[in-house]
Amino acid sequence: MEKRHSVPLGTYFMIWFGLLVLTGVTVTAAGLHLGKLSIIVAILIATVKGTYVLFYFMNLKYEKRIFKIMFAVALSTFMIILLLTFVDVSFR
Amino acid sequence: MNGIAVHGMELHRDATGARMGMWLFLFSELILFGGLFLLYAVYRSSYPEDFHYAASHLDTAVGTINTLILLTSSLTMALAIGVLERGNRRLSSILIALTILLGIVFLVNKFFEWSAKFDHHLYPNSEELLLHTPGENVFYALYYSMTGLHGIHVLVGIGILSFMLYYVARKPRRALTLREGDPSSIIVQDGKGKKIWQHQTGEGVFGVDLTFIYNEHEEVTEGTTIKLENSGLYWHLVDVIWIFLFPLFYLIT
Repeated sequence: MEKRHSVPLGTYFMIWFGLLVLTGVTVTAAGLHLGKLSIIVAILIATVKGTYVLFYFMNLKYEKRIFKIMFAVALSTFMIILLLTFVDVSFR
Repeated sequence: MNGIAVHGMELHRDATGARMGMWLFLFSELILFGGLFLLYAVYRSSYPEDFHYAASHLDTAVGTINTLILLTSSLTMALAIGVLERGNRRLSSILIALTILLGIVFLVNKFFEWSAKFDHHLYPNSEELLLHTPGENVFYALYYSMTGLHGIHVLVGIGILSFMLYYVARKPRRALTLREGDPSSIIVQDGKGKKIWQHQTGEGVFGVDLTFIYNEHEEVTEGTTIKLENSGLYWHLVDVIWIFLFPLFYLIT
C-alpha cells in the first residue's frame, strides 16, 4: 500500500477554526448593506471556505495531480455552462 | 501467537482508484446542484428586488447555526478518518457517531425552519404565496428545491455514516489457515492476552488444512479506511454545497 501524506490532526482544527471565523465575517459583511458589492463579497468568502474544505478536509491538496486536473475540468465545465447561459439570457 | 505468522486474506486494494471513482461521482453531484445554482443565478438577475425581499423572511440565525453545525460535522468527519488511519478504531467510531448526531441536529433545525415557513403559508403554490410577486414565488421554489435536495443528501450521508459506524466499530474477521507441517501447538490469544483457542496434535497439522476465522480487535484494514475516506468525501461535498447555499439564501437581504 502506498503511504499517503497524513494530515496532522491539528491542521483540521485550524481549518475548522478558520471556517468558523469566515462564517462570522460573511454574516457581518451581509449586515453592512454593501449594496451590489455584498453578493460579490458573499460569494468570494464562500469560495474561500469551499476551497479550504476541498483542499484540506477532502485532501485534494495531497492527491495526485490527475485529481486536481479532473476537478479543474469539472469546475470549468460548470463555469462555461454558467457563462454561456448568461450570454444567452442577456442578449434575449 | 505461538510462532506462526498469521496471513489473513489480503485482498488487493486500489485506494487511489477507489477515491478517483468517488471524485467522479462527486463531479456528477456538482453538475446536479450546478443546474439549480444556474437557475438561481439567472432568476436572481431577473428579479433582484423580489429575491432580496423574499430572503429577508428567512431566519439568518437558524441558517448561521446550521452552517456552524455542518462545518463542525466536517471537522469530526475529517478527524474520524485521521484517527482511523492512525489505527484508533474506538475514537474513530465515536467521531463518526458525533458526525451523524450533528447531521441529525442539522435536519431537525431544517424541519423547524420549514415548519415555520409552512405556518406562514409560504410554500410553493400556497394561496398566500400566489398573491406575491413572481420573483418571490421563484425564490421560494428554489429555496425549497435546493435546500430540500441538500437535505436529502444529508439524510443519505447519515445513512452511509451509520453503515460505516457499524463497519468501523465491529471487530474485523480474519482467517487463518494452517497447512500440513505447521507447528504442532497453536495458541490463539485475544487482544488482552487471554487464551481463546488452542490446538494440539502430536505431529503437527496432519493431512488436512485447518482454517479458522477469528476476530481481531485492533487491526484496521485498508478496505475500511478507503470506505470511510469515500464516505467522508461525500459528507464534505454536502458541506461545500451548503457553504454556497447559505449566503445565497440567507444573506442577501
